[in-house]
This record gives sequence, C-alpha cells and structure tokens, in this order.
Amino acid sequence: MGCLSVMHYFLNEQQRMIKGLARRIAEERIMPVRAELDEREEFPWDVMKELAEADLFRIFIPEAYGGLGGGCLDLCVAVEELSRGCCGIAVSYAASSLGSIALIEYGTEEQRQKYLPDIASGAKLAAFALTESMAGSDAAAIRTTAVRDGENYILNGTKQFITNGGEAELYTIIALTDPAKGARGASAILVEKGTPGFTFGKKERKMGIRASTTRELVFHNCRVPRQNLLGREGSGFIITLKTLDRSRPGVGAQAVGLAQGALEAAVAYARERHQFGQPISSFQAIQHMLADMATQVEAARALVYAVARAIDTGVKDYTEAAAMAKLFASDMAMRVTTDAVQIFGGVGYMRDYPVEKMMRDAKITQIYEGTNQVLRNTIALELLKRKAKPE
Amino acid sequence: MNIVVCIKQVPGTTEVKIDPQTNTLVREGVEGIVNPFDTYALEEGVRLKERFGGVVTVVSMGPPQAEAALREAISVGADQAILLSDRAFAGSDTLATAYVLSRAIARIGDYDLVICGKQTLDGDTGQVGPELAQRLGIPFVAYVSKVEAIQDGQMRVQRLIEEGHELMEAPLPCVMSVVKEINVPRLPSLRGMMRAKGAQIPVWTARDLDIEADRVGVAGSPTRVIRVFFPQRTRKSQMLEGTAESQVEQLVERLRETKLI
Ligand SMILES: Cc1cc2nc3c(=O)[nH]c(=O)nc-3n(C[C@H](O)[C@H](O)[C@H](O)COP(=O)(O)OP(=O)(O)OC[C@H]3O[C@@H](n4cnc5c(N)ncnc54)[C@H](O)[C@@H]3O)c2cc1C
Repeated sequence: MGCLSVMHYFLNEQQRMIKGLARRIAEERIMPVRAELDEREEFPWDVMKELAEADLFRIFIPEAYGGLGGGCLDLCVAVEELSRGCCGIAVSYAASSLGSIALIEYGTEEQRQKYLPDIASGAKLAAFALTESMAGSDAAAIRTTAVRDGENYILNGTKQFITNGGEAELYTIIALTDPAKGARGASAILVEKGTPGFTFGKKERKMGIRASTTRELVFHNCRVPRQNLLGREGSGFIITLKTLDRSRPGVGAQAVGLAQGALEAAVAYARERHQFGQPISSFQAIQHMLADMATQVEAARALVYAVARAIDTGVKDYTEAAAMAKLFASDMAMRVTTDAVQIFGGVGYMRDYPVEKMMRDAKITQIYEGTNQVLRNTIALELLKRKAKPE
Repeated sequence: MNIVVCIKQVPGTTEVKIDPQTNTLVREGVEGIVNPFDTYALEEGVRLKERFGGVVTVVSMGPPQAEAALREAISVGADQAILLSDRAFAGSDTLATAYVLSRAIARIGDYDLVICGKQTLDGDTGQVGPELAQRLGIPFVAYVSKVEAIQDGQMRVQRLIEEGHELMEAPLPCVMSVVKEINVPRLPSLRGMMRAKGAQIPVWTARDLDIEADRVGVAGSPTRVIRVFFPQRTRKSQMLEGTAESQVEQLVERLRETKLI
C-alpha cells in the first residue's frame, strides 16, 4: 500500500533509502508478527536482528565508530516507518539510540571506541535510566547514588520503568555522585549488564507497546570503574536535559508513524465496510473524521521533520521546539488512533483487528520522555522567559 | 569459492499481457522485479560465500533496465554484477539464453559454482539451468533444498523431489538450481544499498562474448510459441451426503477408486 501522505518533504537520498527500507521491514517482517508479540508480551529479538542486519542501528552512530552518521531526521524517518508497523518494536529500537546519546555527545574517545561499534552493528542494545519510583516528572528527586571509592564508583539504588531493561547490554545511569548537592550532584555513568551488584527487577505488564521490555534496574553495591563516568561529575542533569531534547523528536516520529498506520487502516476499512447498502466511507460523518485524521497526521509530521531538520542544521537551543514536536504529535496520535477505533466500530474494539493495539500504544507517547503536562510547562517557561522583542 | 548467480528481471505483476503477434510477453511499462526464484539462488550464493569465502558475481541477460535487478542483487550481498545486453539478444529462447550465459561465465572464468533459480515467473520453463550446464560441460543438480557440505572439490546437497529428499554429491564446478525451501532471502542493508548505488556494472555485448550471430535472438531460437491460452477448467464437483462418518467413508472410497490414495 502506498503512503497516503500528500506532502513532499524533500528528504535527501540517504533518508529516502532509510524510509524505503524501514517501510519494507515494517511490512514484511513486523506487521505479520506484531499481534502475537503484543499478545505474548515478547521482546522482538528476531526483528532486532533484522534491523541490525539492515544497518538501521548504524543510522544514529557516527561514521568513525561504524555508523552512518545520520542526523536526527534520518533517525526520525526510520522510527516513523517502524512505528507504522508496531510502536512497541520501534521503541525498543529507538531506546538504543536514547541510551547512546550521552556516550556520543559526552563520551571520551576511549569510551566511544569501546562501546559504539557494537551498538552500531546491533550486536548490543543500549538503554537510558533516569526514572525512579519517587522521581518521575520530578527527576531531580532521584536517590540512586554512585559514591567514589578509589578508582571505582559504587552504585546503590533502583531505577524504574527502564525501556530495554534486561535486554540491553549498556546502560547510561543518572546517579548522585554528590548526594548533598541534590540535582547538581548528579552524574551520568555507563554500566554494563553483568556487572556484579547490578540485577533486574520485575518486567512490567503494560497496556501498550507490549513487545517492548520495561524493567527495574537494581544496584546493590555495584562497582564500576571511574572511567565509566560520562562528562564531568555533577553534569548528569545537563546531560539528561540535552539527551531528552535530542530524543523527543523521535517520540514525535513514533506518534506520527503510529497514527499513519491507524489512518491507513481506517481508510481501508471505511471503503470495504457496508451498512445501509453503501460503504460507510460514503457517510459524511466518516469522511470528516478521516479528513481530520489525515490533516492532523500531516501537520504533526511537518512539525517533527522541521524540528529534526533544525537540529541537523546546528540550531543550538531547541528545547522548546523538541518539546513541541513530541507534545503535538503524541496528542495527535491519541486522537487519531481513538478515531480509527471509532471508524471500525465494534470490531475496532476487538483484538483481531490492529487498531485497538494502536490506541493502546498511542497512550504511552503522551507519558514518557516528559509527560505532556510537563512539556507544556517547559514550552511555557521558554516562551515567557524570552524577551518580547520583534525578530 | 567463487560463485556465479544467474538472475532475470521479470514483470512485477501476475497480470502480464501476451503480444498476439509474437505470442511473447509484453514487458513495456511493467515494473521489473528480480525473478522471485532467483532471490533464493542469490541468497544461497551469498551465504556460501560467507561460509567459504570467495566472490559472488551476478549475471543477467536482459535489456538495459535489467541493471536495476543487478543493483538490487548487490544491495543484498553480491560483490559484483555484469549485464549481458545487446540488441542481438532480443527474442532469445532458453537455448539461446543459455548459450549467452555460458559465454559470459566462460569469460568470467574462475568459478566453482553456478546457481540459478529453479525457473522464472514469466517463462516458467526451468530449462536455462540444465542447458547452461550442458554448454559449460559441467554437471547439473536441480531443485537443491540444502547444501550440506562442500569439501575437497565435492559438494553434497539435498534435492527436493516429489517423494521426499534425495542426497547427492557432485564434483565442482557445477551448476545447481535451487528451490524456495533452501533459505529465506535477506532484505537489503543500508550499506548494501549505498554500495549498489555506486557500483560500476559493466555491460557485455555480443561482441565482447564472441557470440555467433545465428545462435542468439529470434534467429538462434528454435522454440516457437504457437499459441498461449488458459487451460480449460475441467474440475467437477460432487456433493457427498449423509452423516459425517459416512461422508468420510465415501470420500476415501472415491479417492481409492481414482488411485489418489
Ligand atoms: C513504558 C514506559 C517506558 C519508560 N521508559 C523509560 C526509560 O527508558 N528511561 C527512563 O528513565 N524512564 C522511562 N520511563 C519513565 C517515564 O519517563 C515517566 O513515567 C514519566 O516521566 C512520568 O513520570 P511518573 O510516571 O513518575 O509520573 P508522575 O511524575 O508521577 O506524574 C503523574 C501525573 O502528574 C502530572 N505532573 C507531574 N508533575 C507535574 C507538574 N509539575 N505540572 C503538571 N503536571 C504534573 C503528570 O503529567 C502526570 O499526569 C518509562 C515509562 C513508561 C511507562
């Protein structure tokens, strides 16, 4: 099925290649298995292997470390197309990028050499761990500590809701190296799976994105060498903010792909379902719903691509724009997937059809990487602190 | 272990039209794809290379646009590709095609194994493989479903035959055709696609291959297509009645009568 997008986004050749290949993988390798993986809450290792062989993990890694050095838009295009197939699978892929951002941006040459080639080849997945039970939106409330002891840090504490937890080999952990200083005493530290004292808690049972794994990370006197520190001690919070700024357009892309999939399913169903002796697509009520869905998907895609492009052209401060892309696209996806279920009527509510899963999957995009309430706070704060001066 | 894989570009649709004048397929305006059976040949070639080392060379005889099929082959792991293209080749039947391919493979020279798909989606004859082996003067193994071992210049394979599997050994070099049970072809990779985009694909013409003019094209093709038609549907259905048990009994009896079981 061709893309229903009416717009031309002038993607470059590499981006078009990524889009075409990711779409093919979504259609040939993801769509046939998505319902079963969702039902069984099974991590999609086979698909991850396919993504690795297709070089998709290379997109977000610099060329010097076996990557393709793609930009934010390259990654967004891949995530969008994979999400059109299954958002749970797409986020397992995207979380490896999230877990690599700090290493790419703040890692030493030695750290990058050591870890990035395996992430690029897809041999290892990465993850990013900030959230704790008492520190969600209020990330500054984290309690996990990483106390210096000679040449080591000793980690203690529990991280919660970590995507790829247990599946990933490499974790970027935000922990307090100087608990007395609170948020200003936070640091980013790399921890490898298998390090003594590092174990995994229970796997969460989720509403949506059920092919993805969300787990607790438990640190009990876990020793890691000092060399695993990313950036400086005390820079953990800045690193976190920059990491999330960089990653949020990708969550927007998840939402766009997901909504695109729902729109396509709704259009196809509206054409084929007959009531009152005619296809339901002949009813204006349905037509208008479809028209609104298509318009919203396109508007969100345009915003996500524009922000990703701005980042790729080197804009320095994009906190507000990145938050907008994630906020707008995720609210859009929730509406569009809900309407898709409505257009399917009763069968839309059944697990035999794909749209109820899309609606369940959409919800998370409004919650993770900053809830949409918190992002509105962020946007408003930036908006109001800018001096009102004409450009 | 140098491997040559022969592929063909075929119309990417099942709704092909037949030219009423020549009784051959109308290819104009139809998007071309790699003959699906050839994708298994290609995948097997790449896998054997990954196991035993060497080079995979893909050849295709066809019009200039068949180059797209060759680029696709590079994107999934072939090392190099050669297009055999010349006006003189147009209208070649399986015999003439096998002749052209054999000249190209002879020119490539250093090869241990030639792999073909079991047949094409459009022509459906399955003849090019065996004819090619004949021309090259080497053995042919048809319908291979598994390569078990390659050792000391010998290849041991499983063939899919109607009754089951047959284990065979053949000396190298040889030609084999493969069935779809042999593997699951991989999707392209981004680096493969980039390599494919930049690859130089040489075009070998009749002259490059020392082709005898009367052995190719329409003149060199003894096959004549007299007529193309859809087979008559002669299927008849009968309704069995009674209880489920008696229906099963009746069915088994009919099948026995017709010697189907
Ligand atoms: C499936 C899944 C995967 C996740 N993956 C990761 C991961 O890989 N790494 C990681 O570190 N974290 C991850 N998280 C955690 C996620 O980022 C947090 O759940 C999220 O930031 C919200 O935190 P919370 O759940 O504690 O909600 P809370 O912060 O408790 O929020 C509850 C409600 O209060 C609202 N609220 C809170 N503060 C304010 C405020 N100041 N103003 C207005 N409203 C407010 C929120 O918007 C929300 O509606 C994941 C979560 C889930 C569910």
